[in-house]
This record gives sequence, C-alpha cells and structure tokens, in this order.
Amino acid sequence: MPKTQPRRSRKRKEWILRLYIAGRSPRAEAALRNLEAICEEHLSGCYEIEVIDLLKHPQLARGDQIVAVPTLVRRLPQPIKRIIGDLSNADRVLIGLDLRPRTPAARMTA
Amino acid sequence: MPNQNRPRRVARPPAAVARKALPKAPTGITGFDDITGGGLPRGRPTLVAGGPGCGKTLFGLEFLMNGAVEFNEPGVFVSFEETAADLELNVRSLGYDLARLVKNKRIVVEYVRVERSEIEETGEYDLEALFIRLDDALKSVKGKRIVLDTIESLFGGLADTGVLRAELRRLFGWLKDRGITAVITGEKGEKTLTRQGLEEYVSDCVISLDHRVIDQISTRRLRVVKYRGSSHGTNEYPFLIDRDGIAVVPITSLQLQHVASSEHVSTGLPWLDEMFDQRGYFRGSSVLLSGSAGTGKTSVAGHFLDAACRNGQRALCFSFEESPSQYARNMASIGVNLTRWIQKGLLRVHAARPTLYGLEAHLATMHRDIDEFKPSVAVVDPLSSFGGGSLAEIHATLIRLIDYLKTLQITTVFTHLIPGTNTAAGIEEGVEVGVSSLMDTWILLRNTLGANGIRHLVIVKSRGMSHSADERPFTITSAGLTVARGSRAVPARSALRRADA
Repeated sequence: MPKTQPRRSRKRKEWILRLYIAGRSPRAEAALRNLEAICEEHLSGCYEIEVIDLLKHPQLARGDQIVAVPTLVRRLPQPIKRIIGDLSNADRVLIGLDLRPRTPAARMTA
Repeated sequence: MPNQNRPRRVARPPAAVARKALPKAPTGITGFDDITGGGLPRGRPTLVAGGPGCGKTLFGLEFLMNGAVEFNEPGVFVSFEETAADLELNVRSLGYDLARLVKNKRIVVEYVRVERSEIEETGEYDLEALFIRLDDALKSVKGKRIVLDTIESLFGGLADTGVLRAELRRLFGWLKDRGITAVITGEKGEKTLTRQGLEEYVSDCVISLDHRVIDQISTRRLRVVKYRGSSHGTNEYPFLIDRDGIAVVPITSLQLQHVASSEHVSTGLPWLDEMFDQRGYFRGSSVLLSGSAGTGKTSVAGHFLDAACRNGQRALCFSFEESPSQYARNMASIGVNLTRWIQKGLLRVHAARPTLYGLEAHLATMHRDIDEFKPSVAVVDPLSSFGGGSLAEIHATLIRLIDYLKTLQITTVFTHLIPGTNTAAGIEEGVEVGVSSLMDTWILLRNTLGANGIRHLVIVKSRGMSHSADERPFTITSAGLTVARGSRAVPARSALRRADA
C-alpha cells in the first residue's frame, strides 16, 4: 500500500504531513505543488509528505475524519491540524500549520 | 355529454397505475407506516425536521434497524454528532442490539466529525471525500437505506456555504441515482423548517417532529408536511417514545368499519342487566358511566370486570387514581373479589398517575397494554384523567381509543367524574368534553342527599336496544350494589327534571 511516500531528506522528520486527494485532478495537483513549495521554503529538510488517493483507499478517509478534498493533515507535530482546499493561499496554510501566529490581520487578508 | 366525460377521465387515473407509481419503504415504526400508506418513498430522500430532543435520531435509527432486521434492507447510519459507541448505548435501552447488527454487517455506523476549530480553509475544495466514505460504507453492507444525522453539522464545521449547498444538492441526487432510501434529519430553524433550509433540497417527503410541554406534561407530535405523489394523513399525530421505541398514534386508522355485535355482555349486576333489555351491554360497545364523586362509578365498573372474569374472559382495567392493590382492596370491601382474578391472570390492572404522561403517552401505553393482554372487556377509570390537553385534543384522543377498542370488539366502560354536585350545570360540564356522543351507552349516577346513602342510576341512552327508562335507586353494601329496598323505580324523565330544579 503506497501509503507513505518519503519525498525529502532522510534526516529526522519533525513534520509529517498527509495530503488527501480524490484522483489526480487539477485541483489535487495544484494542492500538492502549493504544499511542496511552502514546505521547501519553511520546513526544508525536516518534513515528509504522504499523498493518499481516496479513490484507491476509500477506507482511509475515516481515520483522519476527511470529508473534503483536498485536505492536508498535519500528523506531526501534535496536535493534529487540518487544512482544506487547494492551499493556494500560502499565508493561510502557514497559519493553519502554526508556522505563523494567528493575527486578526492575517485573517482579514486570507 | 362529452364535456362531462372529459374531466372524469382526467380525475380518475387507473387505480393500478396510481398505486404502482410510488413504491414505499416500510419504516417498521408502529403507526407511522399506517399514516403514510406504507412508509417512506423508496429510493428517495426524506427530511425529518424537529427541535432538539424531539426524536429525530431515534426515528432514523429505528428506520434503519427495522430495515436491517425486518425488511432485509441493510443500511448506513452517518452520524455527525454521536459516536457509534454513544448510539449503541442509546438504543440498547430500547431493546435494539446495534452492536450485533454492526458486527453482522447489517448496519454500518459512519461517524463523521467536522470541527471548525481544527480546520483551516484555503482555496477551492469539494466534499468528494464524504461521497467516497458513504459509497464505501454502503458497499460494505450492500446498503439500501441511509440516515444522515444531522448533515447540517457540516455548516457548523465548514465556512464555504456556497460549496456546501452545491454539494448537498449533488449528494441528494447521488443517493437518488443509487436508489437509496434516505432519512435526512434537520434541526428546526427559527422561522424555517430547518436551520439551513434543507427542505429546499429534499422535495419528496418532509416530516416534522415536535416536542412541547403543556401544563408540565410533555407532548410529542408528528406531522407529514409533504409527501409528493402520495396521500397521507395531514393531522398532527401524537407519538410516544417508550421502552419499545417510537409509536405513532393512531395505530389504527380512523374508520367506522367495526362490526356491530348483537351479542351481550353482562354488566355484572343482575338488576342492571335487566334494565338493558334483560341482557347487559352490547359486546364491543362503549359505555359511559358518569356521576359526581362518590356515586358508585368505580363500583359499577368493578362488578363488570368481575363478571367478565367469572365467565373466563380477560379483563383489563386502567386505573388512573388507585394502585392495583388499592383498587382490589376497595372492591373487596363491597364484596367483589378481584384479587383472585389478578392471580389467575384474567385481570390486569394498569395503574398510572394521569399526570405522568401526556395524552398521547396515555393512549399509546394503553394501546400497548391492549395489544399485549388481549382483553375481552376493559375499564377506564376515570376518563376525566385525560387532562393536559385542549378539549379538541381530548376528544380526538378518545375517538381514537374508542375506535381501537371497537375494532377489537372490546366492551369498555369509561367512568367519568362530573365535578360539583348533582345540578344540571354539573351534567352540562360532564358532557362538555363531548364524550357522551362518542359512547353507545350512557349511564348517569346520582347521589341523593340525606337519603341514607341511596344512589340513583338512570340509563340516559343506549344505542340499538330498548332499555329501561327508569331511575333505579341502589345502595352500596358490603355485598355489592343492590337495589334499594322499599324504594320504587322512578320514571327517568321526572328524575332528570328534578335534577334541573
């Protein structure tokens, strides 16, 4: 089961991210591209992305309580965070991952 | 004339076609399938709307579990609020073993949790993952039914209502395409049927549940708001949630189709039998015994129960003022030994404080007792305990009860307390509920002040038989009710006139 697809460095992974998609749609591809760009910029070398295609593994949607696609789940560090959408707004993603403090201003611009 | 023929052809499609048009999926919920002519529209979504605690979840669960157990239609319960463990616990008290149904792959509980505080949204998305989960769950049990309880939770968890609305529309279409019979629950809105206007999407069948508290008595009601392509009762039907789940009253439909028997049933008092054409009440008839306090209503009814048991028949007594032992003791004091019949299993005394239940609960528990015990005769003592509702409600409830008893050919005596003294006004009040018109026989009991405990009994009416028109004096002794010695029967008309004065 290609559940885990290590994408980057072999160093100790502090960040484990899962991207749930339903088929390789343009939206799914966009989400993955956006995610990789953000991770490279902010988490270089210490992250891992797993891509889970629910069309192939429908039963996996249950465990992480997925209803929307694409959904990004931050498995580590705890606590679990979910970000849904194509991740086109990098600021919003960073806030969702707790990489940037949640400020009223950031909310407004999102 | 051609003009007359045409509309008639339009107005009456061939019955067979009309019946075939809308297949239904039975819910197995007591009474509900009767008022909807067979259940929910098969292969289509039904909206069940109501406030918190009104029984929506239970309705869905019963629909699903009955489907799996009785109708060989497995299903999926999609819970947006309660976990599978919580649900199992909640239905266990109703005698359903949800865990076993889940284990045997008859039901899947899919718990969908959407917590806004954990979710950030950015960019476009859809709910395909939810569809995938439902599809997977349906496939795993070969599901024919689904319950979404309550899908409005999605609105609390996700911000983009535009996407949600589009996806809900797609979801209901998706379920229809698969021929899944669905129950979608919705929380009651302030002015709308549901908070998120789900009724916009579900157009086939809409059911509204309601839970009100009137005079500190809770009353549940169910109404079929809409049922496309099907006739249905439009009334508000009282329903009950008890140890056996939901029961919608009436359990029988309101039809005057009962058989009118010409057999007789003894009143238990030879002198009263004699007044009724020498033989007693008609079998399956309803008898009203009214009178003010202490006129001997309960005693007359007790003799009736005793007589039935003597003949080896089963008798059921609804006692709303006395406990079974108190009832039996009091009857023993007038020489009627009911304890032996209770011990023999011929007599059952169902005692409950009337205020414990609302009207509909009253009625539904009575229905269940009747179904279980299958009595030949019954006593409702007193009818006046049917409080807690408007007169119209009491009237409607009584019609249903009487109708049900008649259908089963159960001869029933209702006692009715007339408040106040023996004045004409008292009689008026007693009739205010309009009960007398529902009864086949009406007996009026009166006290005579200062006459050494002598009461009077008069038959006001008795449909379909010649009966005594006298007012019969009687006394209550330790050996039962006996005709007062030395007193003569008085023609009833003058007796009534005297009461007027």
